[in-house]
Amino acid sequence: MNELMNDVTAFIYKEADMLDFKEYQEWLNLWDADGIYVVPIDPEAEDFRNTLNYAYDKADMRKLRVNRLTSGEAVSTQTTPKTVRAPTRFRILSSDSDRVTVRCAQHISENRHGVLRTYPADVTYTLRRDGDDFRIVEKVVRLLNSDNHLSSIGYIL
Amino acid sequence: MTHMDNVCRSKRAAEVDVSGLVLEDRVHTSLYSDPALFEAELDKVFNNTWVWVAHESEVPESGSYKTAHIGRQPVIVSRDRKGEIHVLLNRCRHRAATVCEGKRGKVKSFVCPYHGWGYALDGELRAVPKPEEYEGVFDKKDFPLVTVRHEIYNGMIFATMKADMMPLADFLGGAKKWIDLFMKQSGGYPMKVLGDHRFRFPGNWKIQLENTTDAYHFPVVHKSFVSSLDEQTSKVFDFLDGDGFVEDLGNGHSVMVMIPALVDLEENLDAPIPDRFQDFAKELEREGRSDQEIRRLVRAVGGTGFNVNLFPNVACSMAFFRVLRPIAVEETEIHHVALGGEGAPAAFNQMRMRLHEHFQGPMGFGTPDDAEAWERVQKGSYAGLDEEWILINRGQQHLKTSQDGNVAGAVCSETGMRAAYRQYKAMMTAKA
Repeated sequence: MNELMNDVTAFIYKEADMLDFKEYQEWLNLWDADGIYVVPIDPEAEDFRNTLNYAYDKADMRKLRVNRLTSGEAVSTQTTPKTVRAPTRFRILSSDSDRVTVRCAQHISENRHGVLRTYPADVTYTLRRDGDDFRIVEKVVRLLNSDNHLSSIGYIL
Repeated sequence: MTHMDNVCRSKRAAEVDVSGLVLEDRVHTSLYSDPALFEAELDKVFNNTWVWVAHESEVPESGSYKTAHIGRQPVIVSRDRKGEIHVLLNRCRHRAATVCEGKRGKVKSFVCPYHGWGYALDGELRAVPKPEEYEGVFDKKDFPLVTVRHEIYNGMIFATMKADMMPLADFLGGAKKWIDLFMKQSGGYPMKVLGDHRFRFPGNWKIQLENTTDAYHFPVVHKSFVSSLDEQTSKVFDFLDGDGFVEDLGNGHSVMVMIPALVDLEENLDAPIPDRFQDFAKELEREGRSDQEIRRLVRAVGGTGFNVNLFPNVACSMAFFRVLRPIAVEETEIHHVALGGEGAPAAFNQMRMRLHEHFQGPMGFGTPDDAEAWERVQKGSYAGLDEEWILINRGQQHLKTSQDGNVAGAVCSETGMRAAYRQYKAMMTAKA
């Protein structure tokens, strides 16, 4: 179990580092082809497909989202030059020979127009084992304030 | 707020004079930043007209409620046991605490959290703890939650604090035709709210009001959104040189038609299915939907090609409702309300929500760039001494008369902003 926890946390730390340092192409490669990235509005939502979310990205939308962040065409992505995120409080919810489900806390801080904001969230990953590595099958980012008003988020949570 | 505060507030509001600040072709920069003007706007605009509070589908059955605001005032929209809709001030008659804090949901009654006064869904005061202490002091029937007058047009619920406000249908006037056209996008099923994105930006509410009738910004601000579309769809969104128009509908309302081919979604059902909806059409076909229904749903799924800007707080914007809520002179909350069809095929509502997520909300490919531009307007508006103006004169010399006899300009004209500010000026300078 400790070994699995080490492997899982190493994978999620790597993902966090890629997003903070904008290694988006590498980030896209972490995903299972059918993987889904979700940022729900409703904290209770489970049926994301039939619910309005902030983001519900399959592979094509993830790619478009990365293009938007890197193209320089979107002014709002230029004003948040840097994020710092800290995943922590890892707990493995289930695991079998194929998949691992892990939940963690994540604090992301951004500095936009000189205003420092933090978005705390619970993040649940479903990971598929891929040799010695993992692929993300589902990543659900439940923002602590998802049910309230937010500000622009010009990066990937 | 005490009576004295109210008196002071009204006095301050009365002292504001915008007659020299709102001209036909420009508005003074202080309209974005003067706190006294903001207070006057709450009194003279938001408390003095029809304000959109909900869509009927948000209170679908007895016990359903939704919370909303009329300017700064919290209200509850509820549906009582008999199925009647009510708009109530969200304020206990005892010591003013709000009696309902959820966004929307279902309840049996509204109970004040402070001392336990209980109100029925229609506002009636049903129970107070220790009633014997109120003997000879008051009669419960005289202290219901205060009812706010409301009227409904095509599912849209508006409320007004102004007792003698003209009927809603008269207020909407020329906009009714466009609201009816907008409502065709639920694909033959009853229109239903599917959820909303809520965000705030540090800027004045009128910056947002202007934006829904501003086609000029689209290719600049939304370049990254257009780049994310397939070639065929990106051509549809390249509308600045097209045959679109902006029409002044009276009472501050306007319509901006960006994509004339998408005005009436019940027409042109034989048109070829666009590339971006091919998979969607195939999914409906697999479900065994008839060719006619597939064509109707495909035609409706992307929404209309126009924005109806209703003064002061709501727009029927292509495929969603845009609702604005003034928080403070430099703070505005926006709700982008996603719409679909009640009982429509799941694939239809899924596609509607995915399209909404693509552009709208704090993580959409469009909204954050709008919000960035608005924030920059607010910041820049502090530059200069007292001689700076906001220009709203584009297309002023190229006006036509529309089929309905209204003033109309090119799609990229600022005709809609001029319409809104004309109404704003009339309301702000009206004698109480």
